[in-house]
Amino acid sequence: MSSRTTAASETPVLLEMRNISKTFGAHRALREVRIAVHAGEVHALMGENGAGKSTLTSILCGMLSADAGAEILVDGAVKPIRSPIDARRLGIAIIHQELALADNITVMENMTLGNESACLGFRSRARMRARCEPVLERLGLAWARDRKVGTLSVAEQQMVEIARALMADARVIVMDEPTTSLSLRETDRLFAIVRELRAEGRAVIYISHRMNEIYELADRVSVLRDGAFIGELDRADVTAEKLVAMMVGRDLSTFYTKEGSERVVRDDAPVVLSVDGVGDGGWLGPCSLEIRAGEILGLAGLVGAGRTELARLIYGADRPQTGTVTLSGKPLCLKGPVDAIDAGIAYLTEDRKGLGLLLDMSVHSNINLNVIADDATGATVLNASAGTKRSAQAIAAMNIRVRGPETIVGTLSGGNQQKVLLARLLQRKPRVILLDEPTRGVDVGAKSEIYKIINNLAAEGAAVLVISSELPELIGLSDRILVMREGRIAGEVGGGSGVAISQEAIIGIATGSDAITARA
Amino acid sequence: MQSQTQSLPPPAVQQQRVSSFVRAVGMLPILIILAIAFQLMSGYLLTGDFASAWGAGRVLSVQNVAIVAQQASINIVLAAGMTFVIITGGIDLSVGSVLAAAAMVGVLTSLDPGFGAFGTVTLALGVGLLLGLANGTLISVFNLQPFIVTLGALTAVRGLARLLGNDQTVFNRDLPFAVIGNGTFMGIPWMVVIALAVVVASWLVLRFTVLGVRIYAVGGNPKAARMSGIRVWQIILFTYGISGLLAGLGGVMSASRLYAANGLQLGQSYELDAIAAVILGGTRFIGGVGSIWGTLIGALIIAVLTNGLVLLGVSDVWQYIIKGFVIIGAVILDKLRQ
Repeated sequence: MSSRTTAASETPVLLEMRNISKTFGAHRALREVRIAVHAGEVHALMGENGAGKSTLTSILCGMLSADAGAEILVDGAVKPIRSPIDARRLGIAIIHQELALADNITVMENMTLGNESACLGFRSRARMRARCEPVLERLGLAWARDRKVGTLSVAEQQMVEIARALMADARVIVMDEPTTSLSLRETDRLFAIVRELRAEGRAVIYISHRMNEIYELADRVSVLRDGAFIGELDRADVTAEKLVAMMVGRDLSTFYTKEGSERVVRDDAPVVLSVDGVGDGGWLGPCSLEIRAGEILGLAGLVGAGRTELARLIYGADRPQTGTVTLSGKPLCLKGPVDAIDAGIAYLTEDRKGLGLLLDMSVHSNINLNVIADDATGATVLNASAGTKRSAQAIAAMNIRVRGPETIVGTLSGGNQQKVLLARLLQRKPRVILLDEPTRGVDVGAKSEIYKIINNLAAEGAAVLVISSELPELIGLSDRILVMREGRIAGEVGGGSGVAISQEAIIGIATGSDAITARA
Repeated sequence: MQSQTQSLPPPAVQQQRVSSFVRAVGMLPILIILAIAFQLMSGYLLTGDFASAWGAGRVLSVQNVAIVAQQASINIVLAAGMTFVIITGGIDLSVGSVLAAAAMVGVLTSLDPGFGAFGTVTLALGVGLLLGLANGTLISVFNLQPFIVTLGALTAVRGLARLLGNDQTVFNRDLPFAVIGNGTFMGIPWMVVIALAVVVASWLVLRFTVLGVRIYAVGGNPKAARMSGIRVWQIILFTYGISGLLAGLGGVMSASRLYAANGLQLGQSYELDAIAAVILGGTRFIGGVGSIWGTLIGALIIAVLTNGLVLLGVSDVWQYIIKGFVIIGAVILDKLRQ
């Protein structure tokens, strides 16, 4: 591994960005940032949300222009990038977190979009096929050529984006958190392709919040903080402590550690939530689980194992076809989220922007959304002072970094948005809290704050269910962990299960490769 | 507070504040410029020189302002209902037809002295409300596209209005609620008083009630609203109900002005003026953002434009062309400023 690192640093610098500054109004998003990427290396770009990673990559691919004095060099020669077209000509491609594909047309049409083979204005399918086929075959996607992109999985769509970059013969490929919505297996496949791209002498700029991906892939890591370049580490020098310290500028010794010493789940604590045989009548379920007061129960599993679907059934967002949900001994009949909220169940969605926040509305309105009717005079007229008090309290208690309660939520960073959503759910003082990927797209500093909030909720006696694809996080938070596979609860680790909590045990159960131990 | 302020990207926040302010009063300057321009032009046409044009202009005379306000009043009422609908991300194309049907019901029932003024008005409003709720039910309960549903209603309700009067104009010289169209309240025409009352009431609902917040929430992100325990279908149903009710009120106002109702012509293409007023007022067409005061300004722009062109003696054909371009131009200007 170290030999490879040396090889990469010996190859010539393919892309260099020097003295990159970017000012939005009075705000300096980037200050004299530099980055040098060699041919044949995977260069990780790390930093908290809002550190300037997106701004930097947007400048690189021509969607933003840097302030005067910036220099971008390709193969040692200064090249101006004024538009995405310039970037494409220079062989720079970007794969966004939110994929930019047209769902309604085929893979091939997407790959040739804007650069179709045509004869007198008529498309030449044969020529387009000839261009696409080699690339698709390399990526193992030949079967999907004429499929509509919308019918593919997220991972496959990502492959189409990569195919598009390869079609343009991109030499520098930027990947912005490519694994956020991928399962373990799909992630492995993506990594194999990234390694291939590296072996061909292309450079990959890889943005991720996940430490283990950095260990596995990166030859070099550059860290940004508050718009400034903090430093560059070689593969050999990378440690989690060093990276975290560089990213947040302070020591996070309590990161991931459970404050278990303060919070102990007593065996005689009452069962708050009891789910018995719940399923959707199809592939999901029957699933059963119990959470005691003050307990944090983890729910692990691969993407697609049915974790979110189970949480939605418990919350009543989808209607369970089998089984019962019992709250403190009382069976519930949940016809929708309305009933769940009234019963004291809160659900933090994994899709913050799509299903959670009102991005055009203020922090104040978002926090108060679930309680305005309770606070309102005669359940009709808004009680402005109660609302103001609530939002001010929540902003202080959760350390939400905003200019004021009237700030529009869409302008906040991921971590602050998540805190706003969490604050909204907690206004009703729920007894059961279902948290689906509570730290997705959240920066390191805010992550530890969210962990603290979750621990406090349990300490105050709430029953907490945490769904997370980040195993270290799940292990750090949970008292015990249920593992789902293919729509069912396949096993348990920790607690009274007799299996110690470990990543290996969880992955074993989740993938089904360890079925025997799980049953034991 | 101070330390928190520094750790933020301030420009984005500022932009948001400015843009919401601009959206609220955005078109006011255009309204003022239009009024002044028409005043000068109409004066110039009369006197032939610029120096005395302002004083001679007729557009801003007390009498004409009252006429403009009265002409705008029905569109203001319809546009207020449309504002609710568009904030939730919907559209109501049926308001013109609903207005005609409600007017027919109002005039027809008034011919029977048994109903009285109050009874006939209630019946007309009730027809509007029912038709609106029918739209709302199809859209929110059966999950149909608002555009399609209300397009169907536009046609079907127009037919219904004609059917009600056997495709004839119905008159009543002793219309019991004629005071609405012709009387005044403390010197102000009732039509204007009603329009302003509707605007103020809409503002109170949108700004100060739970329902108001939920209307914006449903328009901003219906899925998130549902997950937050809002019964989205109720909110949608309400907005179409209100739109229908206000279209019914528009019908009462038209009928009382004319002492008559005609199923074929009354309210023809009123929905377009109402939508134009809402959009001119800065309400976002896909929902989630908008204000009733903006709608008021939008409706006044349309009224001033129509009135001004008439006073200048511009032909009917050119009025249409100019109006269309001014509406599009105003929206472009608004976009450029943001």
